[in-house]
Amino acid sequence: MVSIDGKEHGDSLIRVRNLNKIYRRGGETIEVLQGLNLDVEKGEFVAFMGPSGSGKTTLLNLLGGLDTPTSGTVTVDGDEITNMSGRHLATWRARHVGFIFQMYNLIPVLTAFQNVELPLLLTKLSKAQRRKHVETALGLVGLTDRMKHYPRQLSGGQEQRVAIARAIVTDPTFLLCDEPTGDLDRKVAEEILDLLTELESEHGKTILMVTHDPLAAKRADVVLHLDKGALIESAEEAAAS
Amino acid sequence: MKYLPFIFRNLFRKKTRTILTIGSIAVALFLYGLLVTIETALNAGVDVAGVDRLIVRNKISLIMPLPFSYQERLRQIDHVSEATFATWFGAIYQEPKNFFPQFAIDTDSYRRLYPEFQIPDDQWQAFLADREGAVVGRLTADRFEWEVGDRIPLQASIWGGTWEFNIRAIYEGSRAGDDESLFWFHWKYLEERRPWGKGSVGWYTVKVDDPEHSVAVSEAIDRSFANSPYETSTETEQAFAAGFAKQIGNIRMLIMSIGAVVLFTLLLVTGNTMAMAVRERVPELGVLKTLGFKDTTVLFLVLAESLLIAFVGGVLGVGLAKFFTMGGDPTGGMLPVFYLSTAEMISGIAIALFVGLAAGSIPALTAMNLRIVDALRRV
Repeated sequence: MVSIDGKEHGDSLIRVRNLNKIYRRGGETIEVLQGLNLDVEKGEFVAFMGPSGSGKTTLLNLLGGLDTPTSGTVTVDGDEITNMSGRHLATWRARHVGFIFQMYNLIPVLTAFQNVELPLLLTKLSKAQRRKHVETALGLVGLTDRMKHYPRQLSGGQEQRVAIARAIVTDPTFLLCDEPTGDLDRKVAEEILDLLTELESEHGKTILMVTHDPLAAKRADVVLHLDKGALIESAEEAAAS
Repeated sequence: MKYLPFIFRNLFRKKTRTILTIGSIAVALFLYGLLVTIETALNAGVDVAGVDRLIVRNKISLIMPLPFSYQERLRQIDHVSEATFATWFGAIYQEPKNFFPQFAIDTDSYRRLYPEFQIPDDQWQAFLADREGAVVGRLTADRFEWEVGDRIPLQASIWGGTWEFNIRAIYEGSRAGDDESLFWFHWKYLEERRPWGKGSVGWYTVKVDDPEHSVAVSEAIDRSFANSPYETSTETEQAFAAGFAKQIGNIRMLIMSIGAVVLFTLLLVTGNTMAMAVRERVPELGVLKTLGFKDTTVLFLVLAESLLIAFVGGVLGVGLAKFFTMGGDPTGGMLPVFYLSTAEMISGIAIALFVGLAAGSIPALTAMNLRIVDALRRV
């Protein structure tokens, strides 16, 4: 079960405690996240919603070890990532996190195959093993026939599928999706969401997704709202606050 | 190695820019190769000069003669094991542009002092037996397509008239850098035919039994001919050759200055290319770091690109320079020792790699220090 009360849950995969993030721009101080707590169990699909500037992407960055909090802790599968050095954090990200971005963020000079292979270059797998993994990942997203295509030769939906394949190819502990359907039309967005749901239900992936789209959020097991730097469980509560 | 395809892909992201940068490096290194070759050519005598040989010349000037009678007196000086002499002939073959140095030599002793010049014994004997015989270096022989047995006429600009010689031997240097453009003939033949200056020689070459005695022997020679009508100035062959090269000016400094300006410009060109490459790729570098690429790996990827550009350009430029210099002296005899050594080629490629490293270091450090959240914000 997802919980935001900060009470101890022995079986949490992701545990966030008292997380604060403060930005200072010039003389101004912006408190983006204020004492945020979160517990997510393995295999859950959580959606974060909230208005622009509410701190959704900041939270995702902190959960993925892309940024460091002002205070508080993030613990994933027993590892407290907020204490890790940049070097260890990079290794940890490679092993535990799969990232899916709104703009796909594929490397344009690499083919679909090579883009998916990128995270595997950081492992000790042989070339043949890497090929097998890449083919499996591309097979899961239904793009085995587009392996040699460059991103410019793919549609937006196909590009996002390649990005998903890249995110899952190392079999990470959890997936972080930042507006994964934000740049896609409804039909393609539904296909991508079907894929994410399938990854959760059939492959047991833990997924944390930031979205503006209520229809996308509906696919998640739990929808959490970010408001004034804190998490609340329902839109009504968010509106009331 | 597993990153190599990725580095290559990035390199040819902007094909025109990469090719132009490689071209700039190649042109600069080609120029470097030529400058080094010219510098080597000008200092060739210095590099290969014998450490146990002294040059004895007229104290007033090299063009002033010394008496033939000095040879025996030189041989009497302590630690002198042999003394030979030569006289500058200064003739023209067909037309003035066909320059090559000709010396009238003492055939009895000259070969003993210059063992680095390889001459087949039978050819040398044929030369000794023919008063009009001549020995010519491989470079000059090839240049004019002369072969042993050919009879060639030279217009003597100092002594006047046409002098005919029979090519009896062709010598080759035993070391890279040995001058293979020389033309030797019998001093006795010169002595017979020249209308004036009889009984004189241009300069002496003295061999000392131990290079450690060079300074003492030089002083002893000059002392023994002091206060005579023909005072001498003696120095090691190396110092003599260096002084000769200096007459043309401080070529080394000039060449180094040109080289430094070229390389500095190159640094700016390559640095700019790499800076642009990194600027354009900030979001992608952010993605790489997001995927787990370490800061040092990103640094390595950018530096590797820069080094690869520099290496390809360097190899191309130095290779072109080598190809160009393989044709030999392009000046028609002014730079007889005209070659680009393997050591200089390696130096050239090392310089190119240094430029690549220096040019790529700032962009690479920028990439390394890039914060992921800032990089991704630029998508």
